[in-house]
Amino acid sequence: MDRNSAPLLTMQGIKKDFFGNQVLEDINLELRPGEVLGLCGENGAGKSTLMKILFGAADIAETGGYEGDIFLDGQKVSFQTPFEAIAAGIGMVHQEFSLIPGFDATENILLNREPEKHNYVSEIFGDRLNTLDRSEMDTRAKNAIEKMGVEIDRHMMINTMPVGHKQFTEIARELSKEQLRLLILDEPTAVLTEREAASLLDSIRGMSERGISVIFITHRLQEVLSVCDTVAVMRDGVLVECVPAAETSVAAITKSMVGRSVGTSQKREIKNSDGAKTILKIDRLWVDMPGETVRDVSLEVKEGEILGIGGLAGQGKLGIPNGVMGLYEAGGTVEFDGKVIPLGSPRECLDSSFAFVSEDRRGVGLLLDESLEWNVAFPAMQIQNKFLKKYLGGLIKWRDEKAIREVTEKYINELQIKCTSSKQRAKELSGGNQQKVCLAKAFALEPKLLFVSEPTRGIDVGAKALVLDALRKFNRENGVTVVMVSSELEELRMTCDRIAIVSGGRISGILPADSSTEEFGTMMLSGVV
Amino acid sequence: MKDKIMDSLREFGLPRLIITGFLVLLLIMAPFVGADLPTQISNIINRFSWNGILVLAMVPMVHSGCGLNFGLPLGIISGLLGATISIEMGFTGGMSFVVAILVATPFALVFGALYGWLLNKIKGGEMMIATYVGFSSVSLMCMMWLVLPYHSPNMVWGLAGKGLRTTISLEGYFDQALASIARIEIGNISIPTGTLIFFAILAFAIWAFLHTKTGTAMTAVGSNPVFAKAAGINVDRIRMLSVVMSTWLAAIGILVYEQGFGFIQLYMAPFYMALPAVSAILIGGASVNKASIMNVIVGTILFQGIVTMTPTVMNNMIHMDMSEVIRIIASMGMILFALTRKTEASR
Amino acid sequence: MNDKKKINLRQASVPIMFIIICIFCIPLSGLSPKMLINEIITRMGRNAFLILSLLIPIMAGMGLNFGMTLGAMAAEIALILVCDWQIVGVPGMVLAAIISVPISVLLGIFCGKILNRAKGREMITSYIMAFFINGIYQIVVLYLMGKVIPIKHSSIKLPRGYGIRNTVSLLSMRQKLDNMLAINVAGVKIPLLTFIIIAIMCLVIVWFRRTKLGQDMRAVGQDMEVARDAGINVERTRIISIVISTVLAGFGMIIYLQNMGNIATYTAHSQIGMFCIAALLVGGASVDKASIGNVFLGVVLFHTMFIVAPRAGAYITGDSMIGEYFRVFVSYAVITVALIMYETNKRKAKSAASMKLKEAQDEE
Repeated sequence: MDRNSAPLLTMQGIKKDFFGNQVLEDINLELRPGEVLGLCGENGAGKSTLMKILFGAADIAETGGYEGDIFLDGQKVSFQTPFEAIAAGIGMVHQEFSLIPGFDATENILLNREPEKHNYVSEIFGDRLNTLDRSEMDTRAKNAIEKMGVEIDRHMMINTMPVGHKQFTEIARELSKEQLRLLILDEPTAVLTEREAASLLDSIRGMSERGISVIFITHRLQEVLSVCDTVAVMRDGVLVECVPAAETSVAAITKSMVGRSVGTSQKREIKNSDGAKTILKIDRLWVDMPGETVRDVSLEVKEGEILGIGGLAGQGKLGIPNGVMGLYEAGGTVEFDGKVIPLGSPRECLDSSFAFVSEDRRGVGLLLDESLEWNVAFPAMQIQNKFLKKYLGGLIKWRDEKAIREVTEKYINELQIKCTSSKQRAKELSGGNQQKVCLAKAFALEPKLLFVSEPTRGIDVGAKALVLDALRKFNRENGVTVVMVSSELEELRMTCDRIAIVSGGRISGILPADSSTEEFGTMMLSGVV
Repeated sequence: MKDKIMDSLREFGLPRLIITGFLVLLLIMAPFVGADLPTQISNIINRFSWNGILVLAMVPMVHSGCGLNFGLPLGIISGLLGATISIEMGFTGGMSFVVAILVATPFALVFGALYGWLLNKIKGGEMMIATYVGFSSVSLMCMMWLVLPYHSPNMVWGLAGKGLRTTISLEGYFDQALASIARIEIGNISIPTGTLIFFAILAFAIWAFLHTKTGTAMTAVGSNPVFAKAAGINVDRIRMLSVVMSTWLAAIGILVYEQGFGFIQLYMAPFYMALPAVSAILIGGASVNKASIMNVIVGTILFQGIVTMTPTVMNNMIHMDMSEVIRIIASMGMILFALTRKTEASR
Repeated sequence: MNDKKKINLRQASVPIMFIIICIFCIPLSGLSPKMLINEIITRMGRNAFLILSLLIPIMAGMGLNFGMTLGAMAAEIALILVCDWQIVGVPGMVLAAIISVPISVLLGIFCGKILNRAKGREMITSYIMAFFINGIYQIVVLYLMGKVIPIKHSSIKLPRGYGIRNTVSLLSMRQKLDNMLAINVAGVKIPLLTFIIIAIMCLVIVWFRRTKLGQDMRAVGQDMEVARDAGINVERTRIISIVISTVLAGFGMIIYLQNMGNIATYTAHSQIGMFCIAALLVGGASVDKASIGNVFLGVVLFHTMFIVAPRAGAYITGDSMIGEYFRVFVSYAVITVALIMYETNKRKAKSAASMKLKEAQDEE
């Protein structure tokens, strides 16, 4: 790599906010031809937003664009669509595969860029009736795969391929584009086996030698150090560090990833429940939740505590509550209050009085088209026969609209839910208020144990504090055990008594909430797959 | 304010607007072209009483998220079995109607349960499969009507002495069994009070059911099945219940239709009976996953209004009977419109 | 590998069932082999082109195109006009084909646009669409023809002076195509020209699969989102597939009607979609996968059943209606079973992943 050449990419003063919520602040970045940049940071640090801006993703323009300038080869650019970015020589491999399952690798590599042959029919009816030049396709796919340096079968159907090969097919697709000068790899090694990951790293080195710059996003810091020229670390929308890889270490990167200036989180009372009895015992749990696979989790929750479950996105922390509650296919044993709870049955969980507030508010948490009253009262009505008037000796269980309104209004006041009335439809509320409705729904069940998943995702700061306060109050005053799953470590440290960190679908450790961020950070990255 | 009006108009939908406007126009035009308005209104009321319950049969399945019940013929077949068996057993008059309902019920429950079990296996593809389950069952029954050992001389082909006729007169059996109860006759208007009360009872029962614990669960399943599952509801069971209810209502619905119409129609007759009922409830303001009793009443009146008014009014106006064509275009247009709406619960 | 075999067996189960029905019914029907083969050849010539028109929407992931009826209606309008202009024989057919194209294209675009707004329920929508357009067709044929659209000959007009009679005779075109180049092999008449046209159509479809447009359609059919990300205009591609299908169905209908020799003005098209779809499914196709082989196997099996079932039914029960109803039932049942299989397969694929996880943990 030639350190003296002119930069290929320059990003100057990039700023971005989503509806007033600042997610990127003044990012400055430079990338030379052939340079490999490792981009690290916790989830939500702003890495993907930054890459979306660079790649011209649709949701950036839809949410009001961005501030700052991007220069490619000294030319100012501003991509409105990914296609413009691709035309300018930027390629991106996303975490989700963008492949046609019934096509073979060759067809996918050249998808919509197939070499064509003219014929008489297409002269009349237009180019779309050109026939595909199969032999040329084959040659180009072969070249792209060779360029990548990893051998994959180019005639293999995607749906019969191992995941790693799917990933390589995507990379080969980007490499087959003649104009490619900058390749963005978003956690490409997450789905690879160790050997595959190693060959990917080799292939990145190969690309760099050919003069292709690479931005490499990953949580595996060892990989960053071994392949990158420069390491950039982001935290809370700020680029905190950008140093040559030779001058840093895993420990240093971890520290700048998670290390907020120590001491900001105020001292608070942390309950030690070591002596308390175990209320929930999870043993060898696996959960097939797409993108949040749990492989082997054993965990004990003590009565009366707030247990936090943290970890990076995709490592399986969300799978734990969803699997226990029976929303996804799961296996293993779960014991609650000394009683074994069969998996796959939300009803059994609710009957043994533990409740769940899902991270997927709109999909799982709410009846969007129904009133707040229905949303709050529904589970309690169905599970515990609350809010019902009984006629004919219990044969007819009539909805007690008055009781429903009363309980809804009680929670509207208690949780300060902003709405026009208890009859308002759930979909008309803001995210924060919807979250409060979800909590009210769980509170109305008066559970012994409450699972809360990502309670503050996508809501504003004020609502955040309120939601966390409500949870803490619910725990301390009613003695309800709370298990809170969150991607935000700081939030867990503020709220919980103990925090378990999930990494690679397994528990990598449990620490008291007042342990240092570095300790948590190391655990988060330890078992990343 | 203007936006709000536009919004509610958009919600109401252009096709529905056109259809309502069309009916209003017909009603206004009727006296001018010499059609007798009381007769027309009496016709509409009568046809409403025949068809109301068949339309009502849509409600449970729409509520549980199974979509529009294109499989209505399955329930209708249960009703037909009830009617023919009741006659075969030798019951006459009002009693034959009661027995028909009693006999139809177990058929409807069994068929409904099987149908519900099937629909639970293919969530997401209900409507297309329901259509073809309806068709298959109707054509299977075509064979059965020929083969089953019916002997009543009023029902079988005179010459062969076996095999049911395509149309069986209900005279002496349950013709007007409900309609004749407390019938009100004012001039040209004849109101089948009994049938209307019977419809009202069933409609009230459904309305009441939707206010019970199970009914609430049914609505929630239709609104967001994942929410219902997370709240401990057995989604499959609730859906099954809704399908059984729909099927049973269809069975009762066809019996009520027959007592008004005066004939049992067999063989291919039930084939397309789902489509008028589907479009009626949609015209009444329902969507693929929301329907109320009010939608049923309004929809049936509007739909039957068009069916009865167009022949007379149009005939008198332009001397052309376009009623059939208008009925097809209006009802199919309405269904198409409903299908193209983004009706999945908002996520 | 084992999975693949299982799927193939499932796919083959419908044709196998039909082979059994046919083997059982053929002797009972009392038809001589020569008569039977003659009938099958005739029906193959009559129906194969129509069924071929279904292949392209399946390729584009839009399922069974119940809206092929639209093309049939376009063809009927064209034939009625040509009939009135008294252009006879094969030239008349060619002219009808040319006239049907713009009508089919318009209907196809309309249908495609509606289907784009009803993604995920294309089949039920195209099914209702067929009914809806049938209403419009009736306006045109029953009211506009003779009033707005000039129709000269009273032989095809209703006595009231406008509108078309229930049956329009195509005597001038009757089997003109079939008889041209027809050869006789051991008493079996083979309409060679019709078969050549069908063969050319098959080649066109094979060729079409290799074009850029065909490739795009396959991509759209498998995953719309991925195709869109790759820059393929998904909506337009889907509309084109429906337009092609509608136009081909129109040509197919002209071939069908010239063989029949008359048009049942108000009913000819109503069942055509259902029978073609049933035949294709009998040939082993599914909602998302169909080949030219399925078309021909389907035509042979389905129509053999169609010919022999009423006779066999009459032989067994002494009532010819039973067999009549039996074949109707079978047509519907086949479609029902195919639809159910398609939906359950979709769900099965989803739950396969969790088994792998469990195994992985057990291995540890």
